[in-house]
Amino acid sequence: MSLDYLLDAAHWSGPDGFPHQILEHLRYTGLALLIAMVIALPLGVLIGHTGRGAGLAINLGNAGRALPTLGVLMLILAVTGVGLKPVIGALVVLAIPPLLTATYAGVSSVDRGVVDAARGVGLREPQIALGVEVPLALPVILGGVRSATLQVISTATIAAYVAQDGLGRYLFDGLAVRDYPRIVAGAVVLAVLAVVVDALLALLQRVVVSPGVRPRAGSRRRTALPQPER
Amino acid sequence: MVIRFESTTKQYPDGTVAVDALDLTVPSGAITVFVGPSGCGKTTSLRMINRMIDPTSGRVLIDDVDVASERPARLRRRIGYVIQHAGLFPHRTVVDNVATVPVLSGTPRKEARTRAYELLERVGLTAAMGDRYPAQLSGGQQQRVGVARALAADPPVLLMDEPFSAVDPVVRHDLQAELLRLQGELGKTIVLVTHDIDEAIVLGDHVAVFAEGGRLAQFAPPEELLASPADAFVAGFVGRDRGYRGLSFATAADLPVEPVTAEGTVVEGLALVLDDGRPTGWRDPDGRLLPTEGTHTADDSLRVVADLALLSPAGAAIRVDAAGRAVGLVRQTTVADVVRQRQRSRLAVGAVGGSAG
Amino acid sequence: MTLWHQVLDYLSVNGEDVRSAVLQHLYLALVPVVVAFVLSLPLGWAVVSYGWVRHPLLTLTSVVYTIPSLALLLLLPGLLGTSILDPFNVLVALTVYSLALLVRSTADGLAAIDASVVQAATAMGYRPLRRWFAVDLPLSLPVVLAGLRVAVVSNVSMVSIAALVGIGGLGQLFTRGFQLGFYMPPILIGLVLSVAIALVLDALVVIAQRFVTPWARVAAR
Ligand SMILES: Nc1ncnc2c1ncn2[C@@H]1O[C@H](COP(=O)(O)OP(=O)(O)OP(=O)(O)O)[C@@H](O)[C@H]1O
Ligand SMILES: [Mg+2]
Repeated sequence: MSLDYLLDAAHWSGPDGFPHQILEHLRYTGLALLIAMVIALPLGVLIGHTGRGAGLAINLGNAGRALPTLGVLMLILAVTGVGLKPVIGALVVLAIPPLLTATYAGVSSVDRGVVDAARGVGLREPQIALGVEVPLALPVILGGVRSATLQVISTATIAAYVAQDGLGRYLFDGLAVRDYPRIVAGAVVLAVLAVVVDALLALLQRVVVSPGVRPRAGSRRRTALPQPER
Repeated sequence: MVIRFESTTKQYPDGTVAVDALDLTVPSGAITVFVGPSGCGKTTSLRMINRMIDPTSGRVLIDDVDVASERPARLRRRIGYVIQHAGLFPHRTVVDNVATVPVLSGTPRKEARTRAYELLERVGLTAAMGDRYPAQLSGGQQQRVGVARALAADPPVLLMDEPFSAVDPVVRHDLQAELLRLQGELGKTIVLVTHDIDEAIVLGDHVAVFAEGGRLAQFAPPEELLASPADAFVAGFVGRDRGYRGLSFATAADLPVEPVTAEGTVVEGLALVLDDGRPTGWRDPDGRLLPTEGTHTADDSLRVVADLALLSPAGAAIRVDAAGRAVGLVRQTTVADVVRQRQRSRLAVGAVGGSAG
Repeated sequence: MTLWHQVLDYLSVNGEDVRSAVLQHLYLALVPVVVAFVLSLPLGWAVVSYGWVRHPLLTLTSVVYTIPSLALLLLLPGLLGTSILDPFNVLVALTVYSLALLVRSTADGLAAIDASVVQAATAMGYRPLRRWFAVDLPLSLPVVLAGLRVAVVSNVSMVSIAALVGIGGLGQLFTRGFQLGFYMPPILIGLVLSVAIALVLDALVVIAQRFVTPWARVAAR
């Protein structure tokens, strides 16, 4: 497997170089995630806290997994026309289900005794949701953020098939001219990027979770949450 | 089936000595109870019998055969095993749980099931419960299934590790009675672990008291344990009211009984009221009827009589015959005299034995 | 012509293509699940039985799971010596993802078994291998099958990506739509069929689950 393309210094600068394309990739994945989170997190907390719409939250998670990303992307672009905004729109659509499901699951699985106690000491509902349920649900919520992030990074690559810049460029341009070293370079950079971003989020997950909630060493681990397609 | 521990020692890899040079002979056809505080090596000792744990040194023999010389799986099929919470297979119906060992040993499934249904009735369940899953039974019922499962292959030896400690006191009492009844029919060699001294005294033909560090503090029949604890540890473990509990091993038959007279019996100003010879209460001078608080027969223990004498408004326990007719009274003072004499003669024997040994 | 007529029209002309795309899709999605399921049993067992296997293996699987599917699909030809157009790459990539998922759920399922039940089985005279199949495996099935559902559904939707490198399945309908200038009918047909297949297979696993774990429903009440 040839790594020439990857190791060539010329490909590490300029508007066609890796750094620029990585930033580009991160720019619109970040944007899409942000929009998805603004929509999904409050909704998930609301559903988890009130219990109303629980069926929706669960089914949306399952349906989200069943959606082929390429198909969704094509459908949205077929309706709206090609452009940055529709692509970001598609990414948002695909990021919402894992975020919403995880947030709902995290909040609704908080020990009811703790919530009752919070109500008992006189906290109002918003205070209970934000001050008790969200901190306790944070590990699960951040698990959803990790899944959604991987999903979006992966789908953003596919978007390059249609138009966009980003790391997908190397893959599709390479495929078009049968330049395997270029494909390998793009794939390696993409894989490393995904692994690094995920590792950083895992770290964040550890840092922000209250020490009282952190699973202790030796305690049985939680069953892994179902993860979405990438 | 005699089980013998010969300087059996178990040291876990982390250095904990769970059982320290245990020498003990578990007699055949009787219930032997291992009792002691938490962590003193009872479970470890029990599990060395069916090779769930192998000793670091010493031996365990069943009928003079070293268990280490047998293949574990085959050995275990001849030894029933009952644990706390029953440990039933949640994915099998009750009847298939019970049929497990016979099927493992090659009995055709149909035959094993037929016998399993019978066994369920034997331990006080209905055959209909056999088609349920364990999760559909109460804790006490599950424990009965656990016993049936252990008995299914008719093993000569039964090991029970805290079998009744996870159920409420009423159910526990039922299960204990049931075990004694079964044992009366079956005569197995049973080793039962508990940390409840009362359970040990009720169930044990012999009781082995373990102390911390896997040391055997005393091995004796329960009445001897209560009457003469070997050391301060055993005395402390057996508890404060051991004198009272020791009375359960003395019979009421030898007690002097005051007869009940036809023209009326009055004790401490209270008149015994009889209806066709059966006691219905005590009438006080103001004409009120006070309850008898129960009666006893000649087959009851001294403990029952003492209890009734303490409860009775007249300070006298009422003796009845098999038909329930009052035949006499035993007063508190009489019970106290008998207990005092009993204690004196026992201590005198103990003193002689002590100087001789 | 309405969209609905366009769809019917497309189907009447390309019915045979769509049918073979469905079959190819099923093949590419299901073979990896089956292979991964079989492999995950010994691996999950190793994770639970040997402490030192756990960390490296689970870390490896979660890192692999993180790699975007298109990247993995394009890296495999270099690693396996296959051509880029070889469907074998898709089978391997999806097996790897399914395995990553199923090893974890098998391990979780086995770890969640009540230890006293396993002890009781041993004490009753089960030999280790027979006990594993008679007690450990069935008791872990509820969790294992939950993982299997996720793997099946994820695979069905992921196979579409293969069309981007020119390998068949329903994804071809998406690329066809693109090539025809975002022509709606094939895109719509592909999307609906892909989701439908995923949901039907999911339902089949659920039915199988009821069938093989009847006790689990009882316990849940
Ligand atoms: N696998 C093990 N590894 C290390 N130490 C152990 C192990 N199993 C038991 N021990 C230790 O050996 C000692 C005896 O344990 P055992 O389980 O035999 O006690 P026990 O008398 O049955 O107690 P309990 O009444 O609490 O059940 C304890 O100190 C315990 O901590
Ligand atoms: Mg114990």
